[in-house]
Amino acid sequence: MDIDWINAPHSMGTTIIGVTYNGGTVLGADSRTSTGMYVANRASDKITQLTDNVYLCRSGSAADSQVVSDYVRYFLHQHIIQLGQPATVKVAANLIRQLSYNNKNMLQTGLIVGGWDKYEGGSIYSVPLGGTILQLPFAIGGSGSSYLYGFIDQAWKEGMNKEEAEALVVKCVSLAIARDGASGGVVRTVVINSEGVTRNFYSGDKLPLWHEELPLRNSLLEEASSEVEPMRA
Amino acid sequence: MLLEGSNRRIHAVHNHAGMAVAGLAADGRQIVARTKSEATSYENTYGEPIPIKELCERVASYVHLCTLYWWLRPFGSGVILGGYDRDGPQLYMIEPSGVAYRYFGTAIGKGRQAAKTEIEKLKLSEMTCREGVIEVAKIIYGVHDEAKDKAFELEMSWICDESKRRHQKVPADLLEEAKEAAKAAQEDMDAD
Repeated sequence: MDIDWINAPHSMGTTIIGVTYNGGTVLGADSRTSTGMYVANRASDKITQLTDNVYLCRSGSAADSQVVSDYVRYFLHQHIIQLGQPATVKVAANLIRQLSYNNKNMLQTGLIVGGWDKYEGGSIYSVPLGGTILQLPFAIGGSGSSYLYGFIDQAWKEGMNKEEAEALVVKCVSLAIARDGASGGVVRTVVINSEGVTRNFYSGDKLPLWHEELPLRNSLLEEASSEVEPMRA
Repeated sequence: MLLEGSNRRIHAVHNHAGMAVAGLAADGRQIVARTKSEATSYENTYGEPIPIKELCERVASYVHLCTLYWWLRPFGSGVILGGYDRDGPQLYMIEPSGVAYRYFGTAIGKGRQAAKTEIEKLKLSEMTCREGVIEVAKIIYGVHDEAKDKAFELEMSWICDESKRRHQKVPADLLEEAKEAAKAAQEDMDAD
């Protein structure tokens, strides 16, 4: 009997993605947190704030990624006070990388750092499991990302505008959700640019339908009659 | 008995920053060592070259530390730190008290009063780095008192777009040009 899920660690099966465009960065994620087969949270927020201008997409162990992001937020805050100006995305990513690498035996978390700073504009850094750091124009992570490699190689273009970038992110996450059992729920996006940060939310009914997915249907009861009669005793 | 290059006053503390020392040589050496260490440790932690302002603050706080405890004596030397980071070229001076300011022109050492006066006559915002090298040489020669001071060697370094934003010794030909211009200016002054 598979009751192991009760004590299984919370893992975010996840699809996370970060994309740069000509004015900043767009980060996107699904919202499913699972403990084994059970969905512990179907509306989780996997995009966490590190500073006003730098955000982090978390995947892998929920606990590990939360602890790492808490430490880095703390260090970054002190760094900003010392420096007297906003942190750069590169510094945030390097702090994440240090923790990931030095504790690689104990941690199991893949992270994508994205944000905007005045020197580099929008930038994305991928920090996968072992603690490598890689700067990229776009990055994908989590179990759902396996289904996106080919798609995003073809779909990402240099010099997209904000709307195109966000549409690409939503399309990617929804494609991954369609195929990956460990990803699901809603699509959350965060857009970061010189003007600030915008959070968006795309519920299931707003996402495009893919091959063999069924359209949303109201209950048969509502379909059968235009006016529903309440049940009488 | 002055061997050329035997008394280095200017040290590179990182690719993008250099430091000139005045005062007790051994104390200055210690400050430079600390500065180099701060610069490399910052880069190892944060993945980017240390902003010059941050480097200055770290060094100043270290120098200041030595004024806080009865069992430590203050550093017997001050330093001038010059560097080029993402916010452009910057110049800072750290005095033995631990006080540090950003400057556009400054001087330290025996002839500093006269040198500062000469610097104030310059129109810094309109000068290129090359021109600055010549002017600085003139000032150094200008404040050197032939009668009272010993023979000296001019040591110059720069950091600018022309040096690819890296701290390096002023190229030999430019240094010669600067020395010639300085000597000529001296003779003009003496001739009056």
